[in-house]
Amino acid sequence: MAVLTEEQSMLKDQAQAWVRDESPVQKFRQMRDSGTPKHFDEATWSEISTMGWAGILVPEELGGSGLDYATFGVVLEETGRQLVASPLFASGLVGASALMLGGSDAQQKSWLPDIAAGKRILTLAVDEGPHHGPIQTALSAEATGDGYTLNGQKVLVFEGVSADGFVVAARTSGSPGDTAGITLFLLPADIDGIEATALNTADSRGYANVAFNSVSASADCVLGEVGQGFALLEGILDRARAGLAAEMLGIGAEAFDRTLEYLKTREQFGQVIGSFQSLGHRAAERFMQMEFARSCVEAALRAIDAGREDVPILCSLAKCQVGEFLHDMSNDMIQMHGGIGMTDEFDAGFFLKRARAVEAAFGGQSFHRRRYIAHFGI
Amino acid sequence: MEPAQDLDTFREEARSWLKENFPEKLAHKRPPGIAGFGSKLTGNWKVWQDRIGQKGWSTPTWPAEYGGGGLTPDQASVVQQEMRALGAISPIGGFGTMMWGPTLLDVGTDEQKKRYLPPIIRGEIHWCQGYSEPGAGSDLANLQSFAEDMGDHFVLNGSKIWTSGAMEADWMYGVFRTDRDNKYEGISFLTLDMKSPGVEVKPITLISGESPFNEVFFTDVVVPKENLIGEKNLGWNIGKRLLLHERQGIAGSGGGGGGVMGGSFDLEHVAQEYIGLEDGKLADGAMRERIASQKMFAHAYALTGRRFGEEAAVHGPSPAVGILKVAWARDNQNRQELVVEMLGNQGLGWGGNEFTPEELRNVRTWLRSKANSIEGGTTEINLNLVAKRVLGLKGY
Repeated sequence: MAVLTEEQSMLKDQAQAWVRDESPVQKFRQMRDSGTPKHFDEATWSEISTMGWAGILVPEELGGSGLDYATFGVVLEETGRQLVASPLFASGLVGASALMLGGSDAQQKSWLPDIAAGKRILTLAVDEGPHHGPIQTALSAEATGDGYTLNGQKVLVFEGVSADGFVVAARTSGSPGDTAGITLFLLPADIDGIEATALNTADSRGYANVAFNSVSASADCVLGEVGQGFALLEGILDRARAGLAAEMLGIGAEAFDRTLEYLKTREQFGQVIGSFQSLGHRAAERFMQMEFARSCVEAALRAIDAGREDVPILCSLAKCQVGEFLHDMSNDMIQMHGGIGMTDEFDAGFFLKRARAVEAAFGGQSFHRRRYIAHFGI
Repeated sequence: MEPAQDLDTFREEARSWLKENFPEKLAHKRPPGIAGFGSKLTGNWKVWQDRIGQKGWSTPTWPAEYGGGGLTPDQASVVQQEMRALGAISPIGGFGTMMWGPTLLDVGTDEQKKRYLPPIIRGEIHWCQGYSEPGAGSDLANLQSFAEDMGDHFVLNGSKIWTSGAMEADWMYGVFRTDRDNKYEGISFLTLDMKSPGVEVKPITLISGESPFNEVFFTDVVVPKENLIGEKNLGWNIGKRLLLHERQGIAGSGGGGGGVMGGSFDLEHVAQEYIGLEDGKLADGAMRERIASQKMFAHAYALTGRRFGEEAAVHGPSPAVGILKVAWARDNQNRQELVVEMLGNQGLGWGGNEFTPEELRNVRTWLRSKANSIEGGTTEINLNLVAKRVLGLKGY
């Protein structure tokens, strides 16, 4: 791991201790079994907010701690390790990023203090079809009077049921496939015409499909510039990708550690199974993938913090590399544990189900491979 | 780490030194050969070799008292950045700067450092590495070349194999048996002058038709006692330490199949020229995806090399660099395979005018790359080492 700043080390220690003592995977299991409609535990979210994690990015004068993405990544890696279910990523990272990149003073003042305090949840609504495709945005925002009328549907919106507000990618002109004509709107969840339908997914986390039926939005609901929203959207999405990649690194690292421990303790044929080369080499291969993924995730987060030009390419690299690692690791976790890995009583299944959900979110490996290579003129 | 302000001042100094001393005509040119690895440079390249060698900037972080640059890692990366901006490439390199020097800095006496390091830093001595033997490849500690202790000197008999650059080498460092009864604690680390009577070098022709490797035979070669590095019979740990530097050095070379061994083809350029675009994208969608994977792997590898380098500057080399050796081989081999496949009907020319010089060169480079997963520890041995030393698994 890269050399950490003092603040990052402190937060890492704090996060490590908290997830170990207060929110281990067992807590996630309880949440799943409880059938809570929000798909996270209120008390857990409240503790996270009290520790100030939802305000890591938010400036101090708006109630946050004004730290950077690399620091947020350190925390998300730790929460990822124990599959902590909360709106921390969706609201504290993605929602806050949207406001910090595109929000007016008024929008920031209205939302950021509450996001930092965990009082309100703001989430991004971008995808409309089976695959991530921001450029395919079709949800229409028609200019009417001095505002807009929104019609369309968003799918698999993170924390869509519990959200207090949505950042919505809409089309004010052009056609799906055009970068021009996309406009972002910042809308409260409780206005007329917005209807969120909870989804029941394998990873037991909170998502909703959100319908927009003749939703009236005033002009001051626009986030950023009318018709020029694609660059802003990409900026938000790249932050989401890098942040989620940090969480994925934690999920994969925990899966790796648990599997390695099993290889060292499970005995067959009178010896620990980790002494068999076919398993030892595979563990070494996963270790290599994990180290490569870590380098990419850290580089992407740091590039965002430094405002570098290669942020898009590094975020695609990070999301893809960590996705490949997590994909293979979650499969190997089951395979190397054998029969017990297939049981619901054992945690391996949680890692596998969560892995596929986060791999696909904000673009899967295939999406990011294509986005990456497009930079090289072929 | 220095405050940013001091680094800015240093950057100015570095820039003006380079402006005065780097011959402009060499900008963005690759050296015709490597001083310290088989080449005697002439003209502007010799001028540049002497100047950068004198400044110690081919080995920027080595201590100034032995002729190194004496720079901090941050300053060294400033020098690197400024050299890149000018298109200035140091012509000094080889085993001396990559592995032998760093190892000597770790384990050598002050006297040995003063003796060996300055000519390495100036690129004056070409070192080769005497490690593998016919019966000691992956199981290196099985080596049998025997240095018999005669009191004030050793007498060496035996042979080494797969010795890169031995034909042109001035000196060899290596591991030799000094006790036949102890496998690991019977090995000593020695240096020897390749001009010593009894040293004979025979090139080995590879599947590429080229001969980068050699066999070296020793018949009653006299090696003075002062050429012993560390203690007698305790050379195995020094030898292993050097391999960590080797893997770290390979890692630091940054991936992408560049460097001395790499080919000159860029995947995207080969793709454009030999496959072509349709609607701005490569016409072969499957190949486009494979190129993307390959380039991303190379990119991740380069970032990891840089990260491990930063961490090694603080903690010393880690056994985890074994994965970089594995990745380096995989990166280069996959890359070479993709190029051959994309060249298609032009891909396997062995000679004649129906193939371009680049196409012909590429066949040899592709074949040479098959050794990448064998030399410097096979991929399998490196995975064993990672399983054992990094992951703590038993039985390796």
